[in-house]
Formats: sequence, structure tokens, C-alpha cells
Amino acid sequence: MSDHKKKPTPTSVLIELEPKFEQNAPAALANTQLRRNMGKATQTIRAKRANVVSELSDWEELREAGRAIKAFTLEHLDEQLIQLEAAVQKAGGHVHWAQDAAEANRIITGLVQAHEAREVIKIKSLTTDEIKLNAALADAGITAVETDLAELIIQLAGEHSSHILVPAIHKNRAEIREIFMRTLGVRELSDQPKELAAVARTHLRRKFLSTKVAISGANFAVAETGTVCIVESEGNGRMCLTLPQVLISVMGIEKLIPTFRDFEVFLQLLPRSSTGERMNPYTSLWTGVTPGDGPQEFHLVLLDNGRTDVLADQIGRQTLNCIRCSACLNICPVYERTGGHAYGSVYPGPIGAILTPQLVGVEHAGSLPYASSLCGACYEVCPVKINIPEVLIHLRGEVVRQKQDEGGIRAALDPENVAFKTLAKVFSSRTAYERAQSLGKVGQWPLQHEGYIKSLPGLLGGWTATRDMPTIPEQTFREWWEERTKA
Amino acid sequence: MSTTRERILQRIQTALHDGAPTGRLVAEQPTTEPVLRDYRQRDEAPRADIIDRFIERVTEYKAIVRRVEEDQLAAAIAEALAARGVERLVISADLPEAWLPASITLLRDAGDLSYETLGSSHGVLTGCALGIAQTGTLVLDHGALQGRRAISLVPDYHLCIVHAAQIVGLLPEAMPQLEAAVRAGRPITFISGPSATSDIELNRVEGVHGPRTLEVLVVI
Ligand code: SF4
Repeated sequence: MSDHKKKPTPTSVLIELEPKFEQNAPAALANTQLRRNMGKATQTIRAKRANVVSELSDWEELREAGRAIKAFTLEHLDEQLIQLEAAVQKAGGHVHWAQDAAEANRIITGLVQAHEAREVIKIKSLTTDEIKLNAALADAGITAVETDLAELIIQLAGEHSSHILVPAIHKNRAEIREIFMRTLGVRELSDQPKELAAVARTHLRRKFLSTKVAISGANFAVAETGTVCIVESEGNGRMCLTLPQVLISVMGIEKLIPTFRDFEVFLQLLPRSSTGERMNPYTSLWTGVTPGDGPQEFHLVLLDNGRTDVLADQIGRQTLNCIRCSACLNICPVYERTGGHAYGSVYPGPIGAILTPQLVGVEHAGSLPYASSLCGACYEVCPVKINIPEVLIHLRGEVVRQKQDEGGIRAALDPENVAFKTLAKVFSSRTAYERAQSLGKVGQWPLQHEGYIKSLPGLLGGWTATRDMPTIPEQTFREWWEERTKA
Repeated sequence: MSTTRERILQRIQTALHDGAPTGRLVAEQPTTEPVLRDYRQRDEAPRADIIDRFIERVTEYKAIVRRVEEDQLAAAIAEALAARGVERLVISADLPEAWLPASITLLRDAGDLSYETLGSSHGVLTGCALGIAQTGTLVLDHGALQGRRAISLVPDYHLCIVHAAQIVGLLPEAMPQLEAAVRAGRPITFISGPSATSDIELNRVEGVHGPRTLEVLVVI
């Protein structure tokens, strides 16, 4: 083991120890129920999103503003965090810093124990999934009750989430009915969504009214004012943020936005990109503690857990722009077919394919940057313009380089390595990318068979031994889009 | 030994300023670009169209929306409450008596009503800070006529009054108006239709934990 840049890696992000996408995917592909649910779900959200996005004539300007605000935040992250800390403290809140999952869990468990609470209520939060907070609380004898309908379903089924936004996207109504009847002791229940939702309402009401401590993530936090934001649909968020006496919110250090005004950009980008709605039913903003309204004790836990490593990589850094809308998941042809579990990470889909390896190190998740056909659709939909293909290519280069470090001279001559360097250059500019696509259309003809490339020459053959690669279509998405918008 | 706070800030500074990038592909330093706000700042449509749009979009979320004249407000409130069978109504301490029918029991909240009382009421009546036409959103800044957050959350029915003059076109018109409340330490709640979930096969089901029925009276 070489010891250069060795540090404790935040492997808490991983659900499997070393996810091997190429090994997980075939099982997912063979599960027809899963594929049917996933197909229906992603198609529905895709259509809704396209519809509400096309309604805004200034969508591209909003995306650019969103990207620029996030880029600014990241470039001034130290100052921004210090400003946030001061603003939250001034408003009566407490701020904690956690370098990794273990430290965050220790802080949160300690706070819960200080209030002698045996049970806490939770709002769905990927960040708390990332640090495996529920397990840490359970070890301390504290029960974490998930209050989002989908999270509740997943928790009751004893499974992991398969989608950032709709974690139970892989369960249909009959399966949900069965889980509720088995675990909640409901005797009679139809599979009508309305009735299923009513079961959750009754089950959780008592907990909302009586639980002392709530735990949430954060969609955004404003450096200037210390205001924290939760965007949600069901009202369980408002319940958790309003009724308990103590609120603990955990956020990754990249979730900042500089000014209150910036909400005018992100509250347009996020709901339209994620649920395909003009606005989600409920958005809550709070600033520290408000006397006479809501929790009178507020703790904000700022989590690094590998993010500063992502920040240090100038190509990878843009990954931290992500506002977790899940549009890239819904548009991704690979994700649509395999579902989220194949990625073996808390973060699935295209964003997971670039975020996970950066958080845990490519040596622990080297297969994920390959879980993509590089079609570029994720980049087109991303509301903060993360160039996911560019980062994927960059990470593939890292994977190859890491193998090289282990493999000596033979690996140094690996044509994959050379190819990725070229590709990375190509993806770094739009015109070069388009030019390469046109060249690719010509260059691929000797390999092509009925629209698929069945085997690539030489050492690249390893790629096509397990999968057919779609050929580059006659018309690229970009060409099609330009033609469409001209028409 | 340094604290975690110092260590994280140090790592950020190294990453941004003199840390060699872990990727060896690009060596340029990032530049800070100014944020260009050339998205729409204002809806220039006639006021009547903006108000129509607000009503149309709130209705699309399956809220009940009605347009009422100022001098008809009390009558409209009485009618809505009667239609719903409301006998015990929660209101904030500063809500004008003149808006309310004499026949119902008022649960005036000065921050002292228990969650049980709120839960066993038949509904809540509040004003709001703003309406946003583009998204069909009501914004509560928990100031005048609105009370603390719990009163518009726990009851199962929320009747909300918005005056036409409070309705703006776009979100960028709304945010500056909310900043004073935030700086005064008050929370903000955006409400776009009744609570809903799409977690079961993506079918939107109205009414999970928040008020299952939202009714809006737009005072013209
Ligand atoms: S990468 Fe972009 S599209 Fe994907 S979840 Fe993040 S913000 Fe959304």
C-alpha cells in the first residue's frame, strides 16, 4: 500500500464495501418488476419536468445563475462558512463541525442523549444516510423514526433507498400495502394511494405531537443571514421543523448559498427539476431560534466527510454544485434500466457515479465512473450545469492512473489511459465534443453491427465483452435539439 | 491540537489556494465570475392577468379558490366555514373580529394553545404575506394575521385570505419583500397547494400530514 495522500476515507457513503456496478447491474436488469416500476416512474417524472421547464422562457439564464452562484460559493467556501456560523449563532443557534461520519454521529448522538430522548423524528435526508446516522443512533439505543412516506416504506421494509427523491420508486402499491399490513398491524387496507397515505398520517401523527427532538438535513443555508431551508411535499418536514423542542440539522459544507436573494434562483430551479412541479407544496425557511415559534434549541452540524477532497480537484469540484434534484437520474438510460441499488452507494445515478468515487476515493468505487454511456443527457438537464460526462471521463482517467500506480510499466502503456486523456480534453469544450461526435460517426463504421458496437479492438475489448455499446446515432441529441428549437 | 473547525477551514484553504489539484489534467486556476442575473425579474403583464394566473395556478394544486369583494369578505368567510362544518376555529391573536361569524367558537392563539387543542379544532383562518402568481404560492412570514407556524400546520383545514395587492408576478419580486421578516428572525413558509405525496407509483395524493384541505379567498 502506498502511503501518499492516504487518509481515512469516508466509506460510510457506500452501501456495499466496494460496489462493482458491472456485477450488480445484470441482477437488476433481470428483475422485471423493478424494471417496470423504474421505467414508469422515470418516464413520468421526465415528462413532467420537461413540461414545467418549457414554461419558463428564462430557464437557461436561471441555470447559468445557479451555476455561477454555486461556483462563487465554492471558491469562497471558507469565508462563507465562517459567515454562516456567525449568523446562525447570532440568531440563537449552535454550530458544530464534523470532519467525518463518525464525528457527526458522535455530535448528534450526544445532543440527543443530553435531552434524554429515546426516539427522534426525522425528515428524509441523504446526508444522514451518507453518515449512516440511524445505525449510529440505534447503537446508542435511540430509535430514529423516518417520517417521509417513501422513507417510512423503505424503513419498514428494511431496505435501502433506490432514488434520491422518490426512495420507494421501486415499490408498487401492492407491495406497499403488503408492507403496511405486515409491519403496522393494519388489518384491512386497499391498495389505493389515498388509503395508503392515510395509514402513514395516522401512524405518525402521535409521534409528531409528542417527540422532543427532530433531525433534518438542509437543502440550502444562507451565509449572509443564517437561514436554513427545507423543501418538501407532505408536511412531515413542517411538522418536524415546528413541533419538537429541539432541532438538529446536518448539512454538507457545500449546501451554502451566499445571500437570501439567491433563493429566487434555486427555488425556481429545484422544484421544476426534481418533482416537475412549478413549486413543491411546502418550503420552510428558519433562522436560528424564533422566540415563541418552533424549536427553542437549534443545532447545525456542518459536515466535511470527503467534500474538501472534491473541492481540491478542479474538474471534480463542480460536483459540489449539486442541489440533489435527481433530474440526472430520471433522464439517464443506464439508471432507468438498472435502478439505484446497482450503484451500491447512497448516491445513485449519474450524480452518484461522479460523487461517490470522489468522496470515497476511486480505489474504493472505481467501477462507478463506467456506469454511464456518456450520452450527455444528464448535463443537459442539470439545473446547475454540472458537466457530468466531463467529470466521468476525468475520473476514468483517475481509475486508470490508480491502476497504473499499482501496475507498473505495462499499465503505463495502457491504451485506455491514453484514450481517456484524449477524451477528457474533448469533453472539456463543447465544440471539441461536437466535432468528436461527428468524427466518431465516421470512425465507428468498421465496428458497427445493427446499431451496436459488439466488440472494440485490442485492449479496449474488455469494455464490450460484457456490454454492447450503442453506436453514436446519426443525429446527436444536441443536433436534434438545435433543429427542434429552430423549427 | 487544532479543532475540527480549524482543520476543515484549513483543508478548504489548501484546496482552493495552494493545494495541487488531485486531477493532473487541467492546471488553470478558477476565476470568480460575477453572477449575472439576467433571468426575469418582473412580470410586466397587466395586474388583472397576474391575479387570474394566481387563481388558476392555486386551483391546479387542488386548492379551493374564490374571488371575493372586500365588503363581501365576512360573508364569504362565514359561507366557507359553514360549508366545511367548522365550529371550532383557530385564529391568531390579531385577527379582526369583524371578519368572523358570531356563531363559531374562536380559539385565539397567543402562542399558548396546546397541540391537542390545535389538532381537535376544525380548522384555522389566517392572512398571509404574499401570493406568487407564477407558481401559485402563498407565502406566510408569520407576521400580521398569521400567528406562529404550528397554528397553520396542525389543523386539517386552512382557510387563507390574500388581498389582490399582495399578489406578485414572479419569485424574484417576492424575495426582497420577505427579507425584513427574515432579518427580524421570523420563519417563512411557502405553501403551494395542500400537502401531497407522489411516493406511491408517482400518483399525486393530496393530504398527508399538513392540512388536507386548503381554501383561498382572493380579496379583489
Ligand atoms: S447533478 Fe445536477 S441534475 Fe443531478 S441531482 Fe445534482 S443538481 Fe440534479
